[in-house]
Formats: sequence, structure tokens, C-alpha cells
Amino acid sequence: MAKQGLELEITELRLGLPGDNCHSSRDKNEIKKRVFSEISVDDDQNSSSSSGGDRRKNQNNNNNNNKTQVVGWPPVCSYRKKNNAAEAETTKLYVKVSMDGAPFLRKIDLKTHKGYSDLAVGFEELFRSYGIGGMWKDSESSEYIPIYEDKDGDWMLVGDVPWEMFTESCKRLRIMKRSDAKGFGILQSKPYSNGEKQNDLKI
Amino acid sequence: MAYSFPEEVLEHVFSFIHSYKDRNAISLVCKSWYDIERWCRRRIFIGNCYAVTPRITIRRFPELRSVSLKGKPHFADYNLVPHKWGANLYPWVAAMAQAYPWLEELRLKRMVVTDDTLEMISHSFKNFKVLVLSSCEGFTTHGLAAIAANCRNLRELDLQETEVDDPSGNWLSHFPESCTSLVSLNFTRLEGEVSFSALERLVGRCTNLRTLRLNQAVPLDKLANLLCRAPQLVDLGTGIYSGEVRPELYSKLVSAFAGCKELKNLSGLWEVVPAYLPAIYPVCPGLTSLNLSYATIQSVDLIKLVSQCQNLQQLWVLDYIEDSGLDALAASCKDLRELRVFPSDPYGAEQNVSLTEQGLVSVSEGCPKLHSVLYFCRQMSNAALFTIARNRPNMTRFRLCILEPHTPDYLTLQPLDVGFGAIVEHCKNLRRLSLSGLLTDRVFEYIGTHAKKLRMLSVAFAGDSDLGLHHVLSGCKSLRKLEIRDCPFGDKALLANASKLETMRSLWMSSCSVSFGACKLLGQKMQRLNVEVIDESGPPDSSPDDCPVERLYAYRSVAGPRFDRPTFVWTVDENSAMRLS
Repeated sequence: MAKQGLELEITELRLGLPGDNCHSSRDKNEIKKRVFSEISVDDDQNSSSSSGGDRRKNQNNNNNNNKTQVVGWPPVCSYRKKNNAAEAETTKLYVKVSMDGAPFLRKIDLKTHKGYSDLAVGFEELFRSYGIGGMWKDSESSEYIPIYEDKDGDWMLVGDVPWEMFTESCKRLRIMKRSDAKGFGILQSKPYSNGEKQNDLKI
Repeated sequence: MAYSFPEEVLEHVFSFIHSYKDRNAISLVCKSWYDIERWCRRRIFIGNCYAVTPRITIRRFPELRSVSLKGKPHFADYNLVPHKWGANLYPWVAAMAQAYPWLEELRLKRMVVTDDTLEMISHSFKNFKVLVLSSCEGFTTHGLAAIAANCRNLRELDLQETEVDDPSGNWLSHFPESCTSLVSLNFTRLEGEVSFSALERLVGRCTNLRTLRLNQAVPLDKLANLLCRAPQLVDLGTGIYSGEVRPELYSKLVSAFAGCKELKNLSGLWEVVPAYLPAIYPVCPGLTSLNLSYATIQSVDLIKLVSQCQNLQQLWVLDYIEDSGLDALAASCKDLRELRVFPSDPYGAEQNVSLTEQGLVSVSEGCPKLHSVLYFCRQMSNAALFTIARNRPNMTRFRLCILEPHTPDYLTLQPLDVGFGAIVEHCKNLRRLSLSGLLTDRVFEYIGTHAKKLRMLSVAFAGDSDLGLHHVLSGCKSLRKLEIRDCPFGDKALLANASKLETMRSLWMSSCSVSFGACKLLGQKMQRLNVEVIDESGPPDSSPDDCPVERLYAYRSVAGPRFDRPTFVWTVDENSAMRLS
């Protein structure tokens, strides 16, 4: 492959994938299909950061099939994806999000998020400058904890219940400083062998 | 023999020449014509904002009044360009604020525009008239409020497909009571409520308003009020076209629409409730453009509507229209020029509607002026493509998207090479083509051989080898934009046709087999080509040179490598060192 590209003769080019000597079209199709599904998987792995801004890769699995979603395919603009499927919910679900230390609240539309990790990315976008990265992944070490107020008025830790149940019951969100968590009764004391009690958060 | 034509005469002659192509040709005749032309050029179109700098533009054209700029590559629409890639408007506005105090028009596509930039626009250009933001991002209604408040002569505020966050909800009220100059207002993608009273007052006092496109927050009864205040509208985008069926609202709508005698374009129509559709019937015979691509209504209702639009030239619709609806379209709308059929369920594995290649064949048979097609479907055959090609040799834009990649001809299970080959062979004026389905290198051979007027080609999941890419780059004389994803194209064809790339606006290749070594070579050899490698996983030279790059974006430029590259964009300069951002 290491030819000086600009001096290349056209006759050097040949049909077929590099290193592939097979001639049957059926085999070629199989090879293509393999390549496609490999690409799809790679896209899945690589694309979590490549989806722009708050546009989300659609992870809709209709009809319980395991079709791999490829980023940007089919080529439909994001605003069309939101509006088109007949079963798509067109209602919005804006809830207020407050973050301890931030001067103003934000609003987030829970319907545009597909799950908790999506939501975490959404929080990071909103409160980027306050450094809440890794809130869920490194839950032990993160400075902040996400909690929400449910329909009964109780403050709950985000992440316990299935996503749909969460979106239905969430009235507002708060990104709380871990150091303020003491008063919320989610700390558990653990006795240690030397008798010292240590508070640690059970997430 | 003295050349004695006075400059003023030449300038006067040039003032009748408007097309960019002709203007550019004039400037190449001789130095003196170049000089005269550049002083009297008022409008400019820059297809790639990184092809040139503001400074170079201003130096050459000191007296511009209208600037059109395009930023991100087209595949940004499908999330293939990472956030923060670039295309910031700010440096342009900052430079033009000094150089063009009399700037009147800015038309932008896929640019990042901040609230600060909008504010700067509103303060810098005293005679600012037209702001078009198509598929842009980065601002909120705070920026819009500044435009509304400060641009005293604003005629057009057109946000097209731009999504706008609305933290305050009150930007419309910033239009002063003295503002009566609006001709066009489009805020379809604005998230959030609008103040109806402010909107009604604004619409009421702008008697020259011709275009009004609302967002989904405007309900039917408010629509009726607006139409009563603006019966002179030529272009209407409704808000949500649904609600409880109430007889008094229905008759209000009926009389509102009946008053709109000038209406030619109708769009919006989100969430249509069929019971309210007949209110639109009176305006249907006058319509030339109808956008039903958000209307989730079924074929039966669509047929009733479309059958009354005998003068329709442009239809955008969801695949709910089905083959039967397209048959009705072919029978009723003999003046149809453009058809776009969008998928209602793009990610579903199963077909949910009865729309096949037959619908498109029908329309190609029944509509002699049809020349622009965008069609999403699940099956296609070479026979159908042959028929379409023979029916419509006047086709100029043909974009076919078969939803599942690598789908063969469903009748013969063969690749669709010969079908697309027929398209390019018969449609000699084809300017834009998007391919899909199972395709080998053959199709590219046909394209390279026949598509001599092709300017833009979009390819996905196609081809077998570099030969495919080579056919296109060596054969398509008029090619300006080539965008490729997920094809087994690599270094050989790219390097063998390197000089072709400077004759094009841009090349995009993602998930192909182009190595970083080839990108480096290309960047070093081609002085006027910016070769950008977009790779979010880390520096491309930390992998071996023959490792394929994630994404390549190569574009011609007189500006040199850009300075606002984010960390994930890597470029190569002619000193053969990889320059990091």
C-alpha cells in the first residue's frame, strides 16, 4: 500500500477488497455485510462522543429487533426524527433543574433523553462550567449527586427506578453537593473493625 | 487602439449582471475589469466559510451589501460532524462591522451563531434588512430580541430549520411598535411559547407581510386570528393543526382561510386532525407548494387534499401517502416539479406503510415537469429505475434512500448498478445524485462515464474498491461536492486524483479506508487544499500511518489552515509536520 500515490498507474487499481481474491458476488455480499456490521459496532463504540451537542443517536429498537443503529443513517435530519413516527410522543416534559452553586436554574426536556446516561450528558451540557463530569460513572468520587422530587413530594435519588417510571414521576431535579447529603437520610453508617464509624454514601 | 470605454459605463453594464458565475467570469477578462467589477460587486456567495478569510473577502470586495455563507459540511445534518467543529460566524461579523457598515443581508447555512454575534449584527449595520439562518445553532431568543429591537428596517427574519432555545419567551415584544417593515417572519423551530398578543399586533401592523411561518406553540384559534389580520399572505406555515373539534373554531378557520386569496405556499401542519383539513380546501387550487412532511395523517386524507391542488409544483410529504396517494398525485398535479417523500418510521425494521418503488414510477409517468426527487423507501428495482430514467430525462436532482443499506433489486437480487446507470445516462442534466442500495464499482463507472453535469454526489455503503472512487473523481467533470460514508475507498484513488480535489469545493469521507499517511501526503502536495482529519479518539499519528482515519474533510482554500480548529481536528501543512491545534 505504500506506493508514492501521485505516480500511481490506473492499471494498478483492481476490483475487490484488498487481499480478497474471491470472485463470487454472493461472497462479496457476505464480505460487505460483515464489513457493515463491523462498522456499525465500531460506530456504536466510537460515536458516543461524536453525536453533536444535545442531539442524541436514536436507540429506538422497534419491533424488538436487534438491528444495530448506525450514526446518521438513514439520513434524516434530527428535527424530523422527533416528529415523524406515529407513535412518537409529541408532548414535551420540561422539568426545572437546579444545581447547588449555580446562579440560575435550567430546564430540561425529559422526553428528549433516552435514559439515565443520556440525562447525565444533558446535565454536563447545562452545567459544564461547574464541573459535574462523571456524576454517575464515578459515583463514589463525584462531588455531586442528582436527586429529584417525585409526585408525592419526596426527594429521591436518581437512578433507582426504570427510566420510564422516572420520567413519569419526576417533577423537578436538583444536582446536590455531596456534602449537603447528610440531611437527606441516604447516608449509611458502617461500623469498622476499629470501632470508628464512617459515613459513606450508598448509591 | 486605445481602450476608451469609461469605467462608469462598464460599471453600469455590470450592474445588470447578477449571477455569481457571470460576475466571476467578468472579473477574469482583464485586470481593469477585475478592478471595476470588485468595486461594484454587492452580493457574494461563499460556499465554504473556510475557503477564504473575512480579511481577504473585504480586501477584494469593499462594498458588499449582501453576504451568503455556508459552514459545516452537509453530513453535519446527520450528526456526523462533532459538536464544536467550527463554522463560527463571529469573526465574520466582527470584520464586517468595520468594513461594511451598510451591510443589508446575511444568509447563513450550518453556521454557529451566538447571542453576542446577533447583538453585534443588530448594532453594527444601520440598514440591516435580511437575516436568514438555515440549520444554524448556538443562539437563543436573547439574540433574536436584540435583532428585533435594534434593526429598524428589518424585512426578513427567517430561521428555517434552525432550532432555537427560548429561555425568556418574550422576544417578539422587542419589535418596537414603530416596526412595520417586516415582509417575512419564520420561526418554525423555535422551542417554547410566543406572546400571542405581541405576534398579533406585529402581524397586524406589518401590512407588507408576505411570509409567516409559525412554530408549534401557535394553536388553531390563534392561527385563525392571525390569518384574519394578514389575508395578504403568500406563504403560511401553520402551528399545531389540531385540537378538540369545535364547530365554532372550525367555521372561524374556514372563513380565515377563505380570506387568503394570495396563498401559494402552505407548510407547518404538525399533528393534523383530519376533521379540520377541509378548512384548507378553498386555498388548495391556488397552492404551488405544500409541505405535509409533519402531518401524520393517512393516505385517504392526503389524497383528498392533494387532489384539489391542481397547480401544485412542490410537494413534501410523509410516506403515509403510500403508492395509492402517489397515483392520485400523478393524476391531479400535472405541474409537479419537486417531490420529497420522507419516512414516517425510519428506524423500524418492518414496512409500516404501503409505499414502494411503484409510487415514484407513477409520479415519473404522470408529471412531465418532475425534475427534483427525494424518496425514502424500502425496496427498489433496476426495472423501476430504468422506467423513471426514461420517463424523466429532465431530472436534475435525484436522491434515493433505500432505508436498509446494501438492499439489492428486490426482484432479481442483483445490485442496483444498472438502474442508477440508466438514471445518469438518460438524465443528462443531472446535478445532484444520492445513491443507496446494493452497489458495486460498476455504478461508479456509469457515473464517471455519463454524469458530466453532476455537481454533488452522496454515497453510502457502496462500492468494492478504490476503482469506484477513481471513476468518479476522474470522470465527473463538474463535480463540486462529494460526500462518502462507509465505503471501501482508500488511498490509491484519492492520491491518484489529488489535483481534482482543488477543482471541487469539498470532499467528505467517513468510515472509509483512507490512511493517515495518505492524508499527510495529500496535505503536503496540495498547497491550496486544507486536509482535515477528524478523530476524537486521539492523535492520528499515535497509530501507524496505515491506520484508517475516522473522518476526512478536504476542501480547497486560499485561507490556509484554519486557526479555530478544535482539539479533535488534525491538519497537515506543507512542511510535512502534523500541525496540532
